[in-house]
Amino acid sequence: MTMSETKHAKPLPALTGLAGEFYGWCGKNELRFQRCTGCAAWRHVPRELCPECGTGEWSWERSSGHGRVFTWTVATRAIHPAFEHDVPYAAVVVEMDEGVRVLSQVVDCPPDELTMDMPVEVTFEAVTPEVTLPKFRRKLCEKE
Amino acid sequence: MTSPLKDRACIAGIGETEYSRGGPNSERSLLSLQLEAATRAIADAGLTNKDVDAILPSQYGRPAEELAANLGVEELRYAATVFMGGASPVACLQTAAMAIAVGVATNVLIVTGFNFYSSRRVQALSGVSTAPLAWIANDYYVPHGVVAPAQWYSLIARRHMHEFGTTCEQLGAVAVAMRKHAQLNDRALMHGKALTLEDYLASPILFGPYRLLDCCLETDGAAAIVVTAAERAGDARQKPVFLSGVATGHPYPADDITNRKDIFEIGLTHAAPRALAMAGVEHKEIDFAQIYDCFTFEAIQQIEEMGFCRRGEGGAFVEGGRIELGGELPVNTHGGLLSEAHTLGMNHITEAVRQLRGEGGARQVKDARVGLVTGWGDFGDGSIAILRN
Repeated sequence: MTMSETKHAKPLPALTGLAGEFYGWCGKNELRFQRCTGCAAWRHVPRELCPECGTGEWSWERSSGHGRVFTWTVATRAIHPAFEHDVPYAAVVVEMDEGVRVLSQVVDCPPDELTMDMPVEVTFEAVTPEVTLPKFRRKLCEKE
Repeated sequence: MTSPLKDRACIAGIGETEYSRGGPNSERSLLSLQLEAATRAIADAGLTNKDVDAILPSQYGRPAEELAANLGVEELRYAATVFMGGASPVACLQTAAMAIAVGVATNVLIVTGFNFYSSRRVQALSGVSTAPLAWIANDYYVPHGVVAPAQWYSLIARRHMHEFGTTCEQLGAVAVAMRKHAQLNDRALMHGKALTLEDYLASPILFGPYRLLDCCLETDGAAAIVVTAAERAGDARQKPVFLSGVATGHPYPADDITNRKDIFEIGLTHAAPRALAMAGVEHKEIDFAQIYDCFTFEAIQQIEEMGFCRRGEGGAFVEGGRIELGGELPVNTHGGLLSEAHTLGMNHITEAVRQLRGEGGARQVKDARVGLVTGWGDFGDGSIAILRN
């Protein structure tokens, strides 16, 4: 079994609609979330209407990029074969300072070093020329 | 106010195929499995195929039209599919009761089937295909390597362990109890394979904190029931089992498991009080509970959210044999999805019916009068039925 024969491409998000807008900002190395024009509530994942007030207008506002580890799951085997070379890997839910949560990975942290509430900051990974995913890395200097 | 659905419908017939992981049964088509289960359920109800006038098929199985054509159901008055994943079979009890109560249908066939064991590896390549979840999962979870229910739910389990101190040993107590019950059920795929807590702890971690033995079985098989109008119960071949309470519920938002204000909120949080109130039943009156055990922690979480104990106390609740036969609340007397088979949870309904008919054999809950069945699907959708004899 050679790598070239068994290699599967990792699945990618759609680049249409609201997902296209979200990942479009990631392509510029900017993490932005929708913020409601009516009530100023942040939201993620992207939605057409504000679930808080029903307003259909929003702006894409830049996130601080800072958050904390909320929870995670560690895969020791790949269900999707494209992730076979990544195991073990942790998928991490990060609670952003804006209050929304993002499912991603902490790229510089082995699964067994993850801790609850660990401070992290966004980084970006261009996985193809068209698609950039938001990832996270440990925040080195945590201000007290 | 009494619900117009309370005790208006009863489960008159149940039917199942063999459950398998390989061998001839696993070579059969999904349609063939579903038709065998359906035919058995209809016969068990003392009906003929032509008496069926509504079919509620599973989202993962064959459509009502095809089932009707094969069964010779010439007048299909009503057909609907509930898209709640593993919560669907119990949710279909609600749909059936509504159809019967308003006179749309009289004999409702509910049928599920799964080529779960024989087709899983094909499905893995397609990402998340379940309709209510696919958009968000495929755009925001799958690219980060999160493709499986074990991953979605273990995110919640880890947070629960962090906030409440729930332990691996407590998750293991669920696995051990289900396996113990399977030893009394020769249909169970784990019959003859005893399990100790030490065995459980030695099993490999697949999606931490979930070990292999936290995960339900992947099996091939089908199961079906026939729901009929309560006033026809007197004509039934079998002792009828009445639907006293039923409800469905969704967490919010239902399509994104990560962005809930209350991360432990599930459909049952909302549905359980409604179903219990509808039935006029209190927790202490429940003789057994068949709880959708896709993974061990989900049984603990549902026990909490249904109110059998407070949130955070579910881990302690499942210890000490409390959920085993002879305990305070026997759970999954057939062995559950963890140790009997996985028919999208329809086998929880068939087992509840057996218990309430008094056909539980070696695993019969003594003097069982009132039983509870739950379903769990997608990102925590929930369904619950209160059944009585």
